[in-house]
Amino acid sequence: MDPIIWSRIQFAVTAAYHWLFVPLTLGLALVMAVMETLYLVKKDEFWKKATKFWMKLFAVNFAVGIATGIILEFEFGTNWSNYSWMVGDMFGAPLAIEGILAFFMEATFFAVMFFGWEKVSPRFHLASTWLTGIGATISAYWILVANGWMQNPVGTTFNPDTVRSEMASVAAFWEVVSNPVAVSKFCHSVTSGWVTGGIFVVGVSAWYLLKNRHVEFARKSLLIGAIVGLVGSGAVMLSGDSSGVHAAEFQPMKLAAAEGLMDGGRGAAFTIVPGIKIPKMLSILATHKADGFVPGINDILNGYIGDDGIRVPSVAEKMEAGRNALDALAVYRSLRDTDPVLADASRQMLEENVQYMGYGHLSAPEDVVPPVGVVFWAFRLMIGLGMLVALVLLLALIAVWKDKLGSWKWLLWAAIVCIPLAYICGQCGWIVAEVGRQPWTIQGLLPVNVAISSLSAGQVMTTFFIFLAVFALFLTIEIRILLRAIGKGPDVEPSEA
Amino acid sequence: MLNLQKPKPMTYAFLQNYWWCLIALLGGLLVALMFVQGANLHLGNRALDDTSKRMILNSTGRKWELTFTTLVTFGGAFFASFPLFYSTSFGGAYWVWMLLLVTFVFQAVAYEFQNKKGNLLGVKGFRVALMVNGLLAPFLVGTAVGTFFTGSPFTVDKMAIADTRIISTWGSAWHGLEALGQYHAVLLGCALMMLAAILGALYVLNNVDDSSVHAQMRRSVKMLVAPFLVFFLTWVVILLCRPGFAVASDGVVSLERFKYLHNLLQMPAVLVMLVVGVVLVLTSLWFGGFTESRKGIWFAMPGTVLVVMAVFFLAGFNGTAYYPSYTDLQSSLTIRNSSSSFFTLKVMSWVSLLIPFVVAYIAYAWHAMDKKKITREEIAGPSDKY
Repeated sequence: MDPIIWSRIQFAVTAAYHWLFVPLTLGLALVMAVMETLYLVKKDEFWKKATKFWMKLFAVNFAVGIATGIILEFEFGTNWSNYSWMVGDMFGAPLAIEGILAFFMEATFFAVMFFGWEKVSPRFHLASTWLTGIGATISAYWILVANGWMQNPVGTTFNPDTVRSEMASVAAFWEVVSNPVAVSKFCHSVTSGWVTGGIFVVGVSAWYLLKNRHVEFARKSLLIGAIVGLVGSGAVMLSGDSSGVHAAEFQPMKLAAAEGLMDGGRGAAFTIVPGIKIPKMLSILATHKADGFVPGINDILNGYIGDDGIRVPSVAEKMEAGRNALDALAVYRSLRDTDPVLADASRQMLEENVQYMGYGHLSAPEDVVPPVGVVFWAFRLMIGLGMLVALVLLLALIAVWKDKLGSWKWLLWAAIVCIPLAYICGQCGWIVAEVGRQPWTIQGLLPVNVAISSLSAGQVMTTFFIFLAVFALFLTIEIRILLRAIGKGPDVEPSEA
Repeated sequence: MLNLQKPKPMTYAFLQNYWWCLIALLGGLLVALMFVQGANLHLGNRALDDTSKRMILNSTGRKWELTFTTLVTFGGAFFASFPLFYSTSFGGAYWVWMLLLVTFVFQAVAYEFQNKKGNLLGVKGFRVALMVNGLLAPFLVGTAVGTFFTGSPFTVDKMAIADTRIISTWGSAWHGLEALGQYHAVLLGCALMMLAAILGALYVLNNVDDSSVHAQMRRSVKMLVAPFLVFFLTWVVILLCRPGFAVASDGVVSLERFKYLHNLLQMPAVLVMLVVGVVLVLTSLWFGGFTESRKGIWFAMPGTVLVVMAVFFLAGFNGTAYYPSYTDLQSSLTIRNSSSSFFTLKVMSWVSLLIPFVVAYIAYAWHAMDKKKITREEIAGPSDKY
C-alpha cells in the first residue's frame, strides 16, 4: 500500500462522515425555522416547544458536523500538499470566503438560537434561527464552488514561473463562482439535505404515531417534514437532471462509468439495471436530444468525434501531449534566466500542450477509467432510494390530507425505514460524484498520484485509524443521544402512552 | 510608518502586504479568543464546586464556536493568500497540525455531549478533553509560530512537479514534533499557554456573576502572572538577540545577526504596537489580579491582538522570511514567494471589506447575549444550558 491510497481513503472517509451530519443540519434548520415562524405568526406556545424539540436534536448533530468540517479543511494541506500549492491559488479563496461569510454567521447565531430564548427578543431569536440555516446554506455554496471547480476547472491558467494554476483575471473569479457545475451541485446537495431533514422529521413523527405518543405534535411535525422533504425531492430531481448534462459535457468518463457504457454512440440507451434498458434515454438525459452522441469508455480511451464535430484525442495522445508539456516546463525553467530564445520556444510548446499536462503524470491510458462497478451501482442505488423516499413523503402528505395516518401503519413503518435509506442515498450521490472522477483531483489537470504530501503510508495510516476510531465513537454517541432524546420526546403535552 | 517599501495601492506587493496584515490580525484574534481554551483549564481547579464549573462551561460554551471559526478562517485565509505555507507546513509538520486538529475535534463535541445521557465517556471524559484542548491548543499554536523565527527543516523545489514528485518535502522524520527540541519555539508555546489561562480567568471574571468564582479567578491570575512574564520576556529577549532570516531584494535569503532587533528598530510602528500591546496586557493583569475590577479582559484581548500582530510583522515584513528553512535557506517562505496570484489577492481583498460587517454583527449578538451575566440561578434553572 502506498501513501496515495491511504490519503485517498482518509479523505474519502472524512468527507463521507462529514456528509452524515450536513444534510440533517441543512434540512432540520429549515424545519425549525418554519416552525418558529409559525410560533411568531400564530403566537401559539405549541410551535415554540416543537421548535425547541427539533432544535435539541439539531444541536447534537450540528456539533459533529462542525467537528468533521475542520478536518477536511486541514487535510487539504496535511495530505494533499502538491494539490495545495498547484491549485491553492484558486481553491483556497472559496474556503476563506466560506469562513468569513458563512461560518461566523452560523457560529454567532447558533449561540443566540440555542441559548437566547430568554435573553433576546422573539424577533431577534427568529432571525437567528433563520440566519443559522442561511449560514449553513451559504457555507454549502462556497464549498461546492470549490468542489465544482475540481470537477470543471474554469477561470484559471497555468503559470510556469510559479508552477501552478492561477486565477486568470478578476472576471475569471465570477466564472468560478457561477460555474454551472457548482450551481447545480449546490442545488442538488442542499435540497437533498431538505429531503434528509424532511424524512427524518416524518420518520420520527411516525414512530410517535405508532407508539400513540405526542400525537398532535407528531401529526403537525409530520406535515411540515413531508412538505419540506417533497419540495426538496422535486428540486433534487431537477438539479440531478442538470448534473447529468454537466457530467456529459465536462466529465464524460464519469457518465460512461455511471452507465457502465463501454461503447457509446448516438441514441444511447439508459440502463435501469443490467438487461433492462430504455432506448435513447441516456442520450436524452445527457444531451437533451434523442440522437445525441454519448461516448463510452472505449470511445474516450481511443478518441472520438463529438456532437459538435470536433475530434477528441485518445488518452494516449493526451498523455503524450502531457509529457511534452512537462518536458517543456522543465526546459523553460532551466533556461529562462540564461537562454531567453530557447526558453521562449519551450514556453510556447508548453502552452500548446498545457491543457493535457495532467495526463503527463499518468502511467497508462486505463488510469483514467474509474472503478466502473462502484460508480454504476452507487448511481442506481442513489436514484432508486431517492425515488422511494420521495414516494413515501408523497404518501405521507396524502395520508395527512385524507386523515389516514392512524390506519396506514405500513406507511409509518416505511417512513422510519426511509431515514437510513435517505442517508445511504446521499452517500451514494457523493460516491458517484467523487469516485466517478478518479483519477483526477482536478479534472484533467491534476491526478491523485501527484497531488499528495511527502508522507509515508504508515504515517497516513496512523492518522486514518485514529480518525476512524474517533468517528466511530462520535457516531455511536450521537445516535445514542438522539435515540434517548427522541425516546424522551418533546415537552409539548403529557404523553398519551 | 511600517517599512514596507511603500507599494502603491492594488499593486501585487501592496496586496501581499495587506494579506499578511490580515493573517496577522486573524492570528491575533485567534489567540485572543483562546480565552475559551484558557477558561476551560480552570475546570481543573479543585477549589471550584460543580456549579461553578458549569458556570464556566456555559460561559465558554456560548463563545467556543467563535474561536473555532476563527481558527477555521485563519486556516482558510492562510491557504487562500499564502498557499505555499499551507502546502509546506501542513503537509510537513504533519503531527503538530494533526494533534491540534484532534484536540479541537474533541472540543467541538464536548460541550454538546458532556451532560447528555448515553455519551459513553461521561462528564469527566469530556471535561478532560476540554482541558487537553485548553493546554495543547495554545501550546501548539505558540510553538508553531515560534518556528517562524527558529526555522524548520524543509525543502521547496517547484520543478519536482515535472517528474511527478512532491514540491515541498520535510527534512525530519518527526514531521513537526522536532520543533519541541527548539527551546526558543517552545518558550513561546509555554507563554501562550499561560496567556490563554490568564485570558480565560479574566473572561470568566467578567462573564460570570459569582463571588466565589471571582475569588478563584483572581487567585489564578496572580499565580499565572510570574510564569507568563518569565516565558514571554525570555522569548522576546532571545528573539531580539538571535540571528534572523533576511531576504535581499533579489529574493536571496541569508542569516543576519540581530535581524529581529533591526526589524523592530526599523519599523517603529511595530515597536509601538508591541509596547502598547504589552502595556494593555499588563494593565489587564493588574486589574484582574490586584484590584476589584472585572474589566481586565477588555484590555487583555486588544493587547493580545496587538502583540500577536507585531510578532507576525517582525516575522514577515522588512525583508524577512516568515517561514524559514534551516536545512535549505533558499527554500524559506517569504510573503513574496509564497503568496497567491495578483488576481486572487485582489478578489479576496474586496471580500475582506465585509469583515467589519461580520465583526459588527458578532459584537451585536455578543452584547445582546451577555447583557445578563451567568449566575448560579441560571445554572439551577430550567433554561437551555450545557
